[in-house]
Amino acid sequence: MSAVLQLAAISKTYATGAVEVQALRGVDLTIDQGEFVAIVGPSGSGKSTLMHILGCLDTPTAGTFHLAGDDVASLDEDRLADVRNRHIGFVFQQFNLLPYLSAWRNVELPLVYTGTDRHERRERALSALAQVGLADRADHKPGELSGGQQQRVAIARALVTEPAMILADEPTGNLDSVSTADVLGLLDHLHAQGRTIVLITHEQDVAERAERIVQIYDGQVRTEEVAGAVA
Amino acid sequence: MQWRDTIRTATEAVRTHRLRSALTMLGILIGITAVILTVGLGNGAKADVRDQINELGTNLLVVSPGSSTDSSGVRGGFGSSSTLTIEDAEAIADPEAAPDVQAVAATATSSVSLTNGDTNWTTTLTGTTPSWAEVRSREVTSGRFIDEDDEDAAAAVVVLGPDTASELFTTGNPVGQYVTYNGSKLKVIGVLEELSSSEETANNDLAIVPFSTYSERLVGGSGRDSVSSIYVKATSEATLSAAYQETNALLLNLHGLTSADDADFSIATQESILTAATSVDKTMTVMLGGIAVISLLVGGIGVMNIMLVSVTERIREIGLRKALGARPRSIRRQFLVEASVLGFAGGVLGVGLGIVGAIVLPHLTDTRVILSLTASLAAIAMAIGIGVVFGVYPASRAARLAPIDALRSE
Repeated sequence: MSAVLQLAAISKTYATGAVEVQALRGVDLTIDQGEFVAIVGPSGSGKSTLMHILGCLDTPTAGTFHLAGDDVASLDEDRLADVRNRHIGFVFQQFNLLPYLSAWRNVELPLVYTGTDRHERRERALSALAQVGLADRADHKPGELSGGQQQRVAIARALVTEPAMILADEPTGNLDSVSTADVLGLLDHLHAQGRTIVLITHEQDVAERAERIVQIYDGQVRTEEVAGAVA
Repeated sequence: MQWRDTIRTATEAVRTHRLRSALTMLGILIGITAVILTVGLGNGAKADVRDQINELGTNLLVVSPGSSTDSSGVRGGFGSSSTLTIEDAEAIADPEAAPDVQAVAATATSSVSLTNGDTNWTTTLTGTTPSWAEVRSREVTSGRFIDEDDEDAAAAVVVLGPDTASELFTTGNPVGQYVTYNGSKLKVIGVLEELSSSEETANNDLAIVPFSTYSERLVGGSGRDSVSSIYVKATSEATLSAAYQETNALLLNLHGLTSADDADFSIATQESILTAATSVDKTMTVMLGGIAVISLLVGGIGVMNIMLVSVTERIREIGLRKALGARPRSIRRQFLVEASVLGFAGGVLGVGLGIVGAIVLPHLTDTRVILSLTASLAAIAMAIGIGVVFGVYPASRAARLAPIDALRSE
């Protein structure tokens, strides 16, 4: 299997006034095509910083980062925006759907920034919604959907560009147990289809759905354990 | 991101935040309405003045006694001296000396009180020649105008203006009846047609007697032959300036003057009267326009204010769009287009309200408002421009937001 994501000696230092905070201290991490990886760690561990770097929302202070073959550690803002658009599908804890747009209009949003033709956008958005089982809710606004359904719309939005990686940041943090099971089931399903999924969470039982668990502690990878399930 | 999508996104955002958008537009709307109406009022006032000048007659020159007008428009001793005489008028009327002059009418005026029995009325007594009616393009509705026989005989006859006639003769036809001035009985031989659109009361309230009657029998005095104005009608619009030259040369010659700088008279064209009359209106228009522009500026600051609020309020949306792959310039463009959509809508509504105002205002205040298409289109363009100019700062702020900070905010 080829590596989708390769981090080597990644460190990140924040300068807050006179104090320098080292959020990451030399992280090495490789994630292969089709893997389902969970990144866990307590708050303050550097987990969020790692997620921002993985998501190309922030750049590391030192180290190299290859995503889908491209070196993304030193790109400018415009190029990073393009990388996010093409290679990463985000799923957030807060869903982050635009309340004034219908489900399919939310899903097509990433395609708007690639300049995709309008008809193609609609087709691809509807097919992504069908993959998450919400084809019949395409014209509903987020306010008319349950929490679990909203998160599924968000997952459809993450799928629509066919990204190299789906990056889910605490996707079940705002959901009840039924919806949690629903969303995790969907992630399992997508993994089974061969998609690369990186899941960031602080809940152990959620993390255990993954093939591999990466523990972050004090800005470093502490242990990498392979979950009990089939690898 | 395609332009069509940008415009769609911007209009959706405007429609989603209805109240806020409406309040923002209101500022621009009021400013644009003020601009439209100011320009319209200015045009209306100008048209009014033009109409009044045209009521004097067409292709007309007005010769007044006194020195000429200097560059700043100040007349030295205007009308104060009595340097023009009826002989001057007769000289200009000579077709060989002034071939481009069609007709000449000299007038001498004074304010007098006319009586009919117990009724008396103060009006402008005008002594003039029979050519007056032709020169001033006026007609009589009943009776006749003064003629050469009246002039030769210094006949005791009078032609009344329509207002004067109705004041002195409340009932019946005044023609054939008599009015008295200073003990002299004058027979009314005609009544002038009313100039309906005229706001100049002097055009409808006057009493005309033959010049000879005026100077020999009624007013007289030392400057017996002196006149207060000479109206010169050119044969056509094209010969107006030739008529001007001929009149000027003749008068200088008659008065024994060699240099035009020494002229003891001044010749005004309708255009120069118009320019002088509208300069006051122009000042007014510029002032009102200034106020309108200031109100537009305030409207623009309103747009900036609301856009800044909008950026702060939609910080998560901006963060999300950036995470999904929006480049800073897409975000900047989205907010700029949003601001110009607000400006455009405010501008169109402002022009609409301006049109309503232009229809309603004349009924309320008796002023004329003439809307101009150019001004309306310019106003809409200005409104869009204001949206863009005042949208630049909020849009750049939105574009500069770091996606992680934007996503993190609750």
